[in-house]
Amino acid sequence: MDVTVTVNGTTYERDVEPRKLLIHFLRDDLDLTGSHVGCDTGNCGACSVIVDGVLVKSCMLLAVQANGASIETVEGLAEGDELTPLQLAFNEHHALQCGYCTPGMLMSATALLRENPSPSEDEIAKALQGNICRCTGYWNIVEAVKSVAK
Amino acid sequence: MLLREVEYAKPGSVAEALELLAANDGARALAGGQTLINVMKARAASPDMLVDLNGLDDLTGIELAGDGTLTIGAMTTYTELMGSAEAKARPILGEVCATIADVQVRNRGTIGGNVCSNDPTNHLPPLMVSVGARMTIAGADGEREVSAEEFFLGVYLTAVGPGELLTRISIPAGKKDGFAAVTLGADGTCIANAAATVNGSVRVALGCVDAVPVIVTAESADGVADAVRAANLEPPSDVHASSEYRTHLAEVLATRAAQEASAR
Repeated sequence: MDVTVTVNGTTYERDVEPRKLLIHFLRDDLDLTGSHVGCDTGNCGACSVIVDGVLVKSCMLLAVQANGASIETVEGLAEGDELTPLQLAFNEHHALQCGYCTPGMLMSATALLRENPSPSEDEIAKALQGNICRCTGYWNIVEAVKSVAK
Repeated sequence: MLLREVEYAKPGSVAEALELLAANDGARALAGGQTLINVMKARAASPDMLVDLNGLDDLTGIELAGDGTLTIGAMTTYTELMGSAEAKARPILGEVCATIADVQVRNRGTIGGNVCSNDPTNHLPPLMVSVGARMTIAGADGEREVSAEEFFLGVYLTAVGPGELLTRISIPAGKKDGFAAVTLGADGTCIANAAATVNGSVRVALGCVDAVPVIVTAESADGVADAVRAANLEPPSDVHASSEYRTHLAEVLATRAAQEASAR
């Protein structure tokens, strides 16, 4: 099936099998390998992207369902080499060790801060509930998000 | 993961969706996909065709009638229910939806998908029974309405037959509701849950203890534990809880839910 999507401002047209998950379309067809496959069961959130303004796990959406949509992935956060304040905060607060979960964490935190620029610690924890990290114990991730909250 | 080959159809109307479902034995409706896509990965379901219900306006929207009755489109997401000013008329709905899984799942998962999948560990089947919801099912011969008790028929089985769709759920006015669950991790899958509504007497619907929600009633919250014992539950055992422990949880959670409902 023909699918047209705009990812981080660039429009792509591809012929896609209906069975292909959005995460594989992004990684394999568009070569946007920033979004990760962690668990493949919808639990870990490493594949989180923003589709038409809505945070989703791209392993639980078919690529064909995103036809016509505007998608944001971790590659779209920085402007060239200039990281966003949230990305810099992750660096500063040691909010990543292996980094595997980081693209999903960044997208979830980005979605949170858009909706609620001044989240409480509880609101940050609740917003990141769908993203699993096996290194940091979460604390530094929460600290990083808190540091850029208004 | 690569799914088994599947056809994909995006109907432009409920009528077209019904035609597609009726004409293809192996077709399944795709709502939020937060369960179905995963069970397709595991090959626990292998539909030949997915009929995507996303984008059908007739299946969305939350309306509040003058008498307080809420009418909720089947494709309403948990996030939409949580944020809806109308849905605040029955506060328990948004409160329970806020405890389902996580942000991403709540952004895609739908009230219709939750009840139609009728996994016995889901949150909404017992809640729909306790609040006295009525489900509208559309098929080739038009629409019919069934009560929540008549809707849930067995594990993964509802009154929605082949070639039919749940289109909306209506919920009468009320505020005295409660919900309690013991879950795997915060906001995880329920090991046991209970939804209670006070309307004169207390009515509790127990989840996770049988194929469909089990209803018990009592004069007040104080009598709920006895009522649960009298129901002689024989819940399944699994890796998370023995049958005996689940029976205990049912009693405790029914009481908690009834106390919450009574206190409102």
